[in-house]
Amino acid sequence: MGCNTMAKDILVVENLKKYFPTKKKGLYVKAVDGISFTVREGETLGLVGESGSGKSTTAYNVIGMYGVTAGKIYFKGVDISGDAGKRPLSLKKDLQMVFQDPGTSLNPQRTIGQILALPLKVHKIPGEGERLEDRLIQLLETVELPPEYIYKYPRSIGGGERQMVAIARALATNPSFVVLDEPTSALDVSVQAKIINMLIRLQKQFNLSYLFITHDLSLMRNLATRVAIMYLGKIAEIAPAVDFFRSPKHPYTQMLLSSIPVISGAEEEMKPKKVPSRGEIPSPVNVPPGCGFHPRCPMARQICLEVDPIMVETIPDHFVRCHLFAGAAEAREVVGA
Amino acid sequence: MADASVAKPMSSAVGAESIVQIKDLHVGFKVFGGLLKVLNGVNMVVGRGEKIGIVGETGCGKTTTVKSILRILPGEARIFHGEVLFQDKNVYKMHPHELQKLRGQGASMIFQDPTAALNPVFTLGEQISEIISHSGTQPEGKKEAIKILAVKAFREATLPDAERMMETYPFQLSGGMRQRACIAMALATPRDLMIADEPTTNLDVTIQDQVLRLLKNLVDQRGMSLILITHSLGVARETTDRIYIMYAGNMVEVARTAEIFERPLHPYTTGLLSCIPKLTGGGVAEGIPGRIPDYMNPPAGCRFEPRCPKAMERCKKEKPEFVEVGKDHQVACFLYYQVPQNGVQHHG
Repeated sequence: MGCNTMAKDILVVENLKKYFPTKKKGLYVKAVDGISFTVREGETLGLVGESGSGKSTTAYNVIGMYGVTAGKIYFKGVDISGDAGKRPLSLKKDLQMVFQDPGTSLNPQRTIGQILALPLKVHKIPGEGERLEDRLIQLLETVELPPEYIYKYPRSIGGGERQMVAIARALATNPSFVVLDEPTSALDVSVQAKIINMLIRLQKQFNLSYLFITHDLSLMRNLATRVAIMYLGKIAEIAPAVDFFRSPKHPYTQMLLSSIPVISGAEEEMKPKKVPSRGEIPSPVNVPPGCGFHPRCPMARQICLEVDPIMVETIPDHFVRCHLFAGAAEAREVVGA
Repeated sequence: MADASVAKPMSSAVGAESIVQIKDLHVGFKVFGGLLKVLNGVNMVVGRGEKIGIVGETGCGKTTTVKSILRILPGEARIFHGEVLFQDKNVYKMHPHELQKLRGQGASMIFQDPTAALNPVFTLGEQISEIISHSGTQPEGKKEAIKILAVKAFREATLPDAERMMETYPFQLSGGMRQRACIAMALATPRDLMIADEPTTNLDVTIQDQVLRLLKNLVDQRGMSLILITHSLGVARETTDRIYIMYAGNMVEVARTAEIFERPLHPYTTGLLSCIPKLTGGGVAEGIPGRIPDYMNPPAGCRFEPRCPKAMERCKKEKPEFVEVGKDHQVACFLYYQVPQNGVQHHG
């Protein structure tokens, strides 16, 4: 799980904002409120947060389902934050997505073959002299499903197999970047294990980069190259996975880690003890002034109620957005929040 | 580990002090095209004041098992064999008034989805008052007394501003608060048993932590028994005293909570444990191949046999029963059938 710092950035997000208007004029749901991160070639960035933290909105902005309110998204050096509806076909081919619930993301009226054939037809993939069916069988093989599944319907296969079909569909166009929006949270652990191992294998095989959205930190420990924690539309902490779990900095990260139910004493020792969970995530319409986390933070001081902290690099590649670590800013370069 | 009480072969953990006993329960569901044979001889004992976990994957019959205790199985369910005893009385031979007493004072249940469990068009106050007045513990028509009890219940469930909660509709609350309201309703009047069916599955991990702590504290304070259904072994580990592992309509292993994690024996239990991503890292195991059997045509022998890495010839034909492999530790697997005949006492 060594972090390859030499790798190129494949996706760069700069100060991304996505506001949704409410019925009241001038009042907005600030789903994503100025976040910056990068995804490097061949790595997995885990984007972790509670429901309502804006992680799915971030994913939808990257994939182009929503237009951005402000900020920039660069993919392979090209600005793609313009009109999401006018993205070129070649870009859509290169950026694919797997959704949380395969029960609703696969059309129940179509056979698996038809589902997998659609992206191939749109992107005119099997060239002259190649049979569509051969390509479909090959796709099913990559996700370890037998060829006769082309004729099955999504309802007749299990939840895990459906998600494998959804993954095969995302891989149909040979993308280099895949957004995975909680691909295993609707599945049982024994099925999850199989899918996760397959995703790791496919990543190596096709040199894929993943943006992995999840709320499961234990899973990220075993999968992600780097982890980013989101809270109320902002990134609270971002660090390489090994460093992140060894020395979590942000009080919210510590609260998240201490809340995870674990199955062994060794894991229990890794959980920070001093930040027990309390309070709930506030509504993104009425974001608290200052640091958005201060109503739940046991270490909140006066400054947290007034000033929103900026992102600080505490040690190389480990960024925290918290006033507790603002001292480190004097010594190091400050990265705009 | 030393225990002075005399260990009996089958129900040594609890003996005469049991509150719920399920004996060889077979439940099926009549559906179009046949019969789903779901529960396949479930045996379970819950002691007084004991916190039990039932852990298993989706569709293994956890909810069916606990619904049979309250006799709230859906209409298409059929009980073919076995009995369910609540405080030594057969639930399925009870008179209507006894059943009413069981549901009003004996046991209460909270469900996975609090949004579906609460009625959207009544205030929380109206809903909890109805529960209290039907519990049979309060004389009819004493509105003030009921209100005091209701506010007290909301306060104990750490809901802020308990008086205002009486006038609140469910949609005005967050998911975590709704589940707290459900807990308040379940514990508003004294009960002997609390059944919690995946109470935190829909909640975020920080809220799950709060709700589980609350549930555990309230149950401990009252000295109640708890049956916690969950698919997360981690949740069961932090909340319960004893864990039943369930697979495809059978209890496959039961042991004290610490023992299950230290010395898991059934191949399904070990498989399940290895699948869970650990905070300490080390990657994710390959998972358990295959999937839960078709209940229309389940395997004739052990139902885990088609997925089991250690399956033998015998597993295809015979169904294994629970065997004692240590103190309070039973496994339904032929791999451990030799152990008791050696006359060796195994301790975890």
